[in-house]
Amino acid sequence: MTQEAIFSGFGGQGVLTMGMLLGYAGIIEDKEVTWMPSYGPEMRGGTANCITIISDTYISSPIISTFDTVMALNQPSVDKFEEKVKKGGNIIYDSTNILTVPTRKDINIYAVPGSETAVRLKNSKVLNMIMLGSFLKVNPIVKIETIWKALEQVLPERYHNLIPLNQEAFNTGMELIAK
Amino acid sequence: MGKKKLMKGNEALAEAMIRAGCDAYFGYPITPQSEVIEYLSREATNRTGMVVLQAESEVAAINMIYGSAACGRRVMTTSSSPGISLMQEGLSYIAAAELPCLVANINRGGPGLGTIQPSQGDYFQATKGGGHGDYHLIVLAPSSVQEMVDYTLLGFELSEKYRCPTMLLADGAIGQMMEKVELYDQMPRKTEFPDWATTGKPKNSDRRIITSLFIQPEKMEQINLGLQRKYREIEKNEVRFQTINTDDAEYIFTGFGLGARICTKAMESGRAKGYKIGVIRPQTLYPFPVDIYSELSKKVKGILDVEMNAGQMVDDVRLAVKGNTRVEFYGRMGGIIPTPDEILENFEKIFLK
Repeated sequence: MTQEAIFSGFGGQGVLTMGMLLGYAGIIEDKEVTWMPSYGPEMRGGTANCITIISDTYISSPIISTFDTVMALNQPSVDKFEEKVKKGGNIIYDSTNILTVPTRKDINIYAVPGSETAVRLKNSKVLNMIMLGSFLKVNPIVKIETIWKALEQVLPERYHNLIPLNQEAFNTGMELIAK
Repeated sequence: MGKKKLMKGNEALAEAMIRAGCDAYFGYPITPQSEVIEYLSREATNRTGMVVLQAESEVAAINMIYGSAACGRRVMTTSSSPGISLMQEGLSYIAAAELPCLVANINRGGPGLGTIQPSQGDYFQATKGGGHGDYHLIVLAPSSVQEMVDYTLLGFELSEKYRCPTMLLADGAIGQMMEKVELYDQMPRKTEFPDWATTGKPKNSDRRIITSLFIQPEKMEQINLGLQRKYREIEKNEVRFQTINTDDAEYIFTGFGLGARICTKAMESGRAKGYKIGVIRPQTLYPFPVDIYSELSKKVKGILDVEMNAGQMVDDVRLAVKGNTRVEFYGRMGGIIPTPDEILENFEKIFLK
C-alpha cells in the first residue's frame, strides 16, 4: 500500500510536524518514507507544505504531481491543491478556516471543524493533531499505537506531559470523520 | 550497520561525516545546508574530538581545508552555490597540490545570490573544473538521503585513493528532505598519516613540501601530465551509474540526483501507458558514464535528459551519444522542480507527436 499525501497550511499551524509524525510512525512500522518540506520564507508565516509518502515498496520520487490525500488548513491550500487530488482521492480541510470549499465530484471531501475543536479543547496548538486524527481515520496507513510511539520519539522528554492532550486531540479528530 | 532512522539529508551527511572518522570540518553557514554545521557543532567534538569550526568566510574555510589536508587529515567542508563559487580558487590549489578532501555542494538556484530553492545549475562548475587551470574534481551525485551517507564515505575513500578533491553535488531538496537511512558504525580517526603529509620533518628523510607553484613551465607541464594520467585512471576505474528498465527500452529518460528520481516516477507512469521507457542515472558525474549512453544510444529511438537547470549534463550526454540517437532536453530553472507529469507530457510532445 502507498499513500501519497500533502499537508498544507500557514507556517506555524504545524503542517510540517503532521507529516513528520506520520513519517516517524512509518519508520517504526518499517515502511518506506519520504518527507519533503517547503523550506523557504513560507516557513516564517506564508503557506507551508510537506509532501509525505508512506509505502510498503520503494518510493521512486519524493516529488509528485498528484496526491491520494490533500490536507488543507487554509484557503490558499484548498485553492492550490484541490485540482491535484487523484480521482477517487481525498481532500480533508479545516472547515473553520475555509470559506470557499472544495467542489469536485470525483473525490471524497471531508470538512473537519479543526480550529473550532481546538478552541473547545482549550489549546489552539493541537489543531494539527486533530487533523492528523482525521487523516488516519480516512487513511489507516499506520496503527494508532504507532503514532503514540512516534510522539514519544519526536517530543523532547520535558514535553511528555503534553502527550495525553495530543492523544485527546487526535481521538477527537478521528471522531469528527465518523459523523 | 545500525537500525534504520528517519533523517534529513543534511543531518545524515553530518552524521556520516562523524562516523567516517573525519578529523576536521571548516565551513560557513548558508541555506539550504546550514543544518550540517548546526548538527556537527552539537554532536561531533564530544563524540570523536573532531574539529568543527565556523570560519569567517567560505574563502577562509577552503584554505583551512587546504592546510589540514596537507597534514594528511580526513577533512570536509560543505556549502551551497554562492559559497562554493567563493571556494573555487582554493579548490584549484588543492587539485594542483594533489590533496584529498571532500566538499559538498547543496546546490541552490542561481546565478548570483539567486534563491534558496533546489537547483542543479552548478553541474558545469562541478564537473568541468570550476576554478582555473586543467583539473577535475571527482563528482558524486547522491539522489537520496541514504546516498548522502554512503557517498560521504565513498567520497573520502576516492579522494584519498587518488589524492583528488572530491565533491558531493546534491541539491537543496535532498538536503532538506527526510528519508529512511541506515548508518555505518563509527570508524576510528586516523592515527597514521601518508608519507607525503606535512607533519614535521622526519629525521631520516627530506623535507616534505606541498605547493601548487611551479615557475618553470617544463616542470608545470610535467605536473599537468601527471594530473591528466590520474584523471584517465579515474575515468577507467571509477565510473558509477544505475540503469532501470533499459533492457526493452525504446526511449531513455536520464538525469542525476533528484532529477533522476523524478524521471523514474515519470518512467513508471509512462510504462503504465504502454511506453517502453528506461532510465540511466549517473552516480558519478565526473567521471561521466560515457559507455552506457554510447551503448544504449544504438538501441533506442531517443533520450530525454531532464535537469533542474537550462541543460548542462545534456552536453555530456550528446558527446557520449555521438549523434547515434536523438537527444532532447527538458528542464526547469531558478529553484523550480519539474514534476513527473510535466516530464511525461513533454516526452509525449517531443517524441510522440
